Formats: sequence, structure tokens, C-alpha cells
Amino acid sequence: MAVVCALRVYRSVLKELRHLQGSEYTQSMAYTHLREQFRNNQVTGERYCRAQREALHTSQVYLCLLESTRLHLDLHQQYHARGERGPDEVARLVGLRLPTQPGGKGWEK
Amino acid sequence: MLPSLCRYHRQFSRALLPLISRQVELKLLSSSTHVQRAKYGSATSERKKFYRDVTISQGEGGLYEINLDRRKLKTPGGKLFTVPNEALAIAVATEWDAQKDTLKFYTMHLTTLCNTALDNPTQRNKDQIISAALKFLDTDTVCYRVEEPPGLVELQKNEWDPVLDWIEKRYSVVIGSSFSIMGPQIPEETKETFRQHLDSYNFWSLIGLEYVINQLKSVVLSFGLIDRHLTVEQAVLLARLEEEYQIQRWGNVEWAHDYDMYELRARTAAGALFVYLSSESATTKKKILQD
Repeated sequence: MAVVCALRVYRSVLKELRHLQGSEYTQSMAYTHLREQFRNNQVTGERYCRAQREALHTSQVYLCLLESTRLHLDLHQQYHARGERGPDEVARLVGLRLPTQPGGKGWEK
Repeated sequence: MLPSLCRYHRQFSRALLPLISRQVELKLLSSSTHVQRAKYGSATSERKKFYRDVTISQGEGGLYEINLDRRKLKTPGGKLFTVPNEALAIAVATEWDAQKDTLKFYTMHLTTLCNTALDNPTQRNKDQIISAALKFLDTDTVCYRVEEPPGLVELQKNEWDPVLDWIEKRYSVVIGSSFSIMGPQIPEETKETFRQHLDSYNFWSLIGLEYVINQLKSVVLSFGLIDRHLTVEQAVLLARLEEEYQIQRWGNVEWAHDYDMYELRARTAAGALFVYLSSESATTKKKILQD
């Protein structure tokens, strides 16, 4: 629908790969494959080349996949990964302390 | 997806247990089920990343396999993990490579889809998958319209009507939208047309397509995505149209709205990519420039 620049998609996917793999992302298979695909589809003799548009759409979908898994994981780590607080901590939040029973409770050693 | 695979897997190993004696226990430790359970972990404990490099190799029949360090990847059902084309293998390898410290299977959507396609734990054939996919047509999101508030009515008309028009024109079918609670009356010829169209996809693509329909809860939007009429972001936005309207009205809650949206985008993108890579084959023909 909207006009999408192939270069923009290419650079965004490279950025995502760099996030995933660090500075040696240029040695990964995904990088090689991606570069090959983009180079192969660059030059076309037709004005409306279906293969070119399809390849661009596929790379957009892959970019969306990489980007959204990363953001989803980030949000998960930020909000949903911490688990519950123990009863000790909860009491401390309101300024109370849990009662201690010297000698332990009846059933504890 | 993963819980049902774990259940299927646990059933499998429980069935073996009554039959073995102490001496055979050692053999069980090295059988594939135990290794699979060890590799994929259980629903409560997390698996640490036990490999360093991920590579792909081509096996017999031209199928690609994934190697974690030196070991070959297997599905939860114990089968060798094989993929029909290279691009999908590279994408799956990238997923495994992206894991740090612990393995988070809920981020590896392509791997899950491949496992489903290879194991087929619910033993479905093509027709059953097509029927399950078309069942969503009766309750398609895009066909259910509200009558108030007027902002939402307007939004639904402006955003959903073009997609409906597009699919009706492209497949020469009649779908229509409805304001009633019963939903639209889909004629049989429409379903037949879609059934024939879906039949033209192979088994792997159908698994991916049914997954996308399941996530978006709409056959119309899934077809729009697969036929490359919509991008993933647009399809997800249209599937969550009412939610977006409410967000604009009442505000966005990051840990719920954004979280769900990114998860939906990731799953839909994985499903769509799976369909594209399983159904197309690419050949490059180089034309020689004549000077």
C-alpha cells in the first residue's frame, strides 16, 4: 500500500541481526542469505516486477518477526519476569516485620 | 502450542514406564524420549543454552538439518528435524542462535511451527486442517459490525470495508458484513471457492496458514496478508481494531496492550513467513547483458 524503501527494510533487518548476534553478525548465515536475496532482486528488466515486490514483502515480514520478538521479550523481562515477592518483603513494604519465634515453630527443626 | 506438545510427550514416556524393569531403565536413559524431554525441558523448569554454534547442513533427499554444536536437532516427537528449503533452515538456525543463557521456547515461533508440521501430534490430514481454518469464516472479525459508538462504526467502515471489497473481488465470492449477533450468512459457493484455493497449498503451508488464521481470528485478514495485500502490522491493527479504538480513547497500558500486540505480531509474522517459505521455490535466471 504505502511506498516502502527497500534500503530501509534492509538496514532495519541488519540492525535487528546486530542486536541478536553482536558485532560478528556479518559472518552469520542469515546475513549472507539476506544480502544474496537483496542483490539478486535488485536489477530487474520489468517495470512491475512481481518477484521483486514479493521479496520485499517477505523481508518486511521477517523484519516484523525479528523486531516484535525482541520487543515482546523486552516487555516480558521488564514487567512479567520477576515473580512474586516473598511474605517478608511484602511486610517490609508497609513497614511491618514478620514475627519471629525463637526456638522455631513446633514442626520445624 | 508448547503445553500440548509437552502433554503429548509426557503421555508417550508414561506409556513406556510400566513395561520396563530396573535393567532396562539404563536403556531408557539413552532413548530418544528422555533426550527430547531433557532438551525441551518441562513447562516449569528452564533449559540452559547447551550449545555454542548453530549450523545447517544438507542431508539426504535435499532436506536441511540444524546442528547444535555437533548434535543434530530433533523434534519433540523424536524425529530428525528436517526442513525442505534453505531459507527456512537459516531462519530457524537464527532463532536458536538468538537464545542467550536460557532457552526461551516461547520466542521460537518458527521452530514450533516446524515441529508441528513434522510431528503432527494431533494426527490431522489436509482436509481436517482446511475445515478447521474455514470454520473461522462464519465468525470472521471483519464481518461483525457494531452499531454504536459512532466513532467505532466509522472506523470499522473505513478500515474493514476496503479489505472485504478486495477479497470479494479477488476471489469472486460474496461475504458481506452484518450487524446482528448471528453474524453474516456465508453462502456455500464462497466456502467451496476457499476450500479449493486452500487445497492448492501443501501440508506445511496449510499448517502455517491455519496458525495465522487462528491468531488473527479472521480468514479475510489472513488471506489479505498471505496474498501480500497487507503487511503484518496492518493485518494485526485491523484484527485489533476495536482494542485500538479503546486505547485511543482511554489510553495505552504498556504491559498489557503493547505486550499482546508484539506477541500477536511475532506469531503472525512467523506464520506468514512459514507459509511463504514452504510454498514458494525460487530460481534465478540470469540474463546476459547484450552490449
